[in-house]
Amino acid sequence: MNPLSQLIEAALFSAARPLTLEELNDLDPDVSLAEVRAAVDQLREHYDFDGHGVEVVELGGGFQILTRPALASALERARVAQRSSRLTAAMLETLAVIAYRQPVGRAEIEDIRGVSGAGVLRTLQERGLIEVVGRSEGMGRPLLYGTTPLFLELLGIADLGNLPRADEFAIALQPPTPTVSPDSDAAAYVEADA
Amino acid sequence: MTAPEAPSLGLGSGNAFVVELEQFTGPLDLLLHLLREEQIEISDIPIARIADQFLRVIHELGLNQAADYLEMASRLVRLKAQMLLPRPGDEEGWEDPRAELVRRLLEYQHIKEIALWMDRMADRRSLRMPRGYLPPPPELPPPPLTLDLLEVLGAVERVIAGILHPVMHSVVARPLNVEAATGRIQALLAERDEISWAEALGPAPSITDVLSTLLALLEMARRGQLVVRQPAPFTPLVIRREPALAAD
Repeated sequence: MNPLSQLIEAALFSAARPLTLEELNDLDPDVSLAEVRAAVDQLREHYDFDGHGVEVVELGGGFQILTRPALASALERARVAQRSSRLTAAMLETLAVIAYRQPVGRAEIEDIRGVSGAGVLRTLQERGLIEVVGRSEGMGRPLLYGTTPLFLELLGIADLGNLPRADEFAIALQPPTPTVSPDSDAAAYVEADA
Repeated sequence: MTAPEAPSLGLGSGNAFVVELEQFTGPLDLLLHLLREEQIEISDIPIARIADQFLRVIHELGLNQAADYLEMASRLVRLKAQMLLPRPGDEEGWEDPRAELVRRLLEYQHIKEIALWMDRMADRRSLRMPRGYLPPPPELPPPPLTLDLLEVLGAVERVIAGILHPVMHSVVARPLNVEAATGRIQALLAERDEISWAEALGPAPSITDVLSTLLALLEMARRGQLVVRQPAPFTPLVIRREPALAAD
């Protein structure tokens, strides 16, 4: 392994969270982002080739060293580590609406789910999976919610582009109704991911 | 749809109304379940039959007091009535009253599929452990914390009862009397050149008398009317009149 890969390995090991390419580049400002990317790949291949118990995973907008799935049950049995608890069906449904409709207000979420759910929104906010990303231009200027990097981490995906496209599911989703002004950053965010 | 936190709120006046929602996440979920059970196409729902079943099920599950379910029930009953109305001659011009319900069901079914996919993804992800395991925090009681007035008053009473000796503090207006102490010392020094601290204090001094005397002595020493001396550490103070006073 080259020195840059070693440095990256040390950083990923010591940080118990995903580190972005930019953060990893801070380790050595003299190298390019592409070189950092190559070094990350080299580290990943190193772990895979030698059959390590951990691997480099791209998720939540960055990279993190995680244990391999096959080892999970042994780790849990020995009480060395514990799987995170599952989300409830109500939380998953709410997350699904927000992930695909963001930025989206509570009224629209409740309308789609057919259930009033302030409690669920609060719980998701407390767990850091969603956040307030703005206010609607509509009546009463209600709060608009969007997903956080922690949400991507929860699913183990790199970015929102890794969500399956809506038309990959059996039934097509209604196109989102415009709730924000077109110049809003949040609206551009949704369009970029559409 | 606007009722807060339904279906956890009861409309009945009696007992607190709690619904176990493990089975269904809402009226649309229940409706989809009924359609699946009957193997019915969403696009062609026999409204009359489904409306009756929906009402029966929410009654059995005790959901008939939950606002979200009630709203759906009334919607179904209205649809049932609309379907009974005679249609205009040509089928083309007929607008299916079920269209809105069908759209919502399809949309909801889609969300459920995504939710299922997310659940699988999160489950797979949770098999990969990060470094730095922290035990999960203990389960907190569900917010919001609800207290009734009697509970709050009871708690206040318990706190007050726990205070054993309330600290009472009485305030006395102008407890120090420096002028009187000054007069007493001047009178004593008019008779003798030297007096002791005990003499300056007078008989049976209180703590305020001690402080008044001390302040009087310091003030008089500052004006040069007397000198305060202590022959050795911890011996009584000796107060001696300054010659200047004698000259007055």
